[in-house]
Amino acid sequence: MMELPLSQDEIATLIRANTQKVFSTMLGLPITASAAGGGRPLAGAPDRSVISFVGLTGQWSGSGSIQCSANLACTISGKLLLADFDSVNSEVLDAIGEMANMILGNFKNDAESRLGPLRLSTPTVVHGSSFEARNWNGQYRTSVSFDCEGELFEVKVCLARSQALRETLQPAGAVAQP
Amino acid sequence: MALDVLIVDDSAAIRKILQRVLSQADLALGEVFEAGDGVEALKVLEAKTVGLVLSDLNMPNMDGLQLLNSVRSRPEWSAIPVIMITTEGSETKVVEAVHLGAQGYVRKPFTAEQIKEKISSCLGRAGKLA
Repeated sequence: MMELPLSQDEIATLIRANTQKVFSTMLGLPITASAAGGGRPLAGAPDRSVISFVGLTGQWSGSGSIQCSANLACTISGKLLLADFDSVNSEVLDAIGEMANMILGNFKNDAESRLGPLRLSTPTVVHGSSFEARNWNGQYRTSVSFDCEGELFEVKVCLARSQALRETLQPAGAVAQP
Repeated sequence: MALDVLIVDDSAAIRKILQRVLSQADLALGEVFEAGDGVEALKVLEAKTVGLVLSDLNMPNMDGLQLLNSVRSRPEWSAIPVIMITTEGSETKVVEAVHLGAQGYVRKPFTAEQIKEKISSCLGRAGKLA
């Protein structure tokens, strides 16, 4: 299996730098990143009901996501749009999608020098109380959690070599093309 | 005469932010129109007299480069300044946008000052500042 040309620590560093850049430039909100692999895990947070994904494709493929509580999604959207939101609505979903687009788009720009050209999909945002999100093609998963206004949110990148991904997508009994 | 502006972005959040930035800019801008992709943008350009386009690059249906190509291929629109505002940072995309006639390029995340300065310099070069 071909090794990812970026270490987990390097990916975490890019996630931290780009998340902090987007939060400080667009929101003026201070955030604190956990150390790579450390900090409080978002999995234990009581509410992580808003998640936004973008797809990454190239020689390496996968996805990036940001996940947070409904309350924090409203806070972030309020700062971005200079408005007050009491609950998650279409404007909040759009704002969280754009945050994912900016954070992971800038991650993509920085990672391309090592991973080769990458394309970014438009974001998909999900809000709900009873779902589990999985990225089944992630040979390499890196997640960084951040504290913002006393709440946690998580930025995650999952990547796999595209050839390996194609093989996992092969239907049972199908013959791989050379 | 105030210039009408067209904002093209599939994100309603970004369109709202840019509307706010333009409303606070001291640049003698007029009405601001919005479009969610290149196809909608062409419809606005057909119906209105637009003096400046701010466009995203990655959009569904028709992306920013396709839009730019369409705008530059029509003689009546060919002189409209177009500024790309996008997350996309790949050098090939930037070069392609400039080659197709984009007057400016602003990377997201952006500050209001960056947008105002880019508009000001583009309109100044185009001789469209009052």
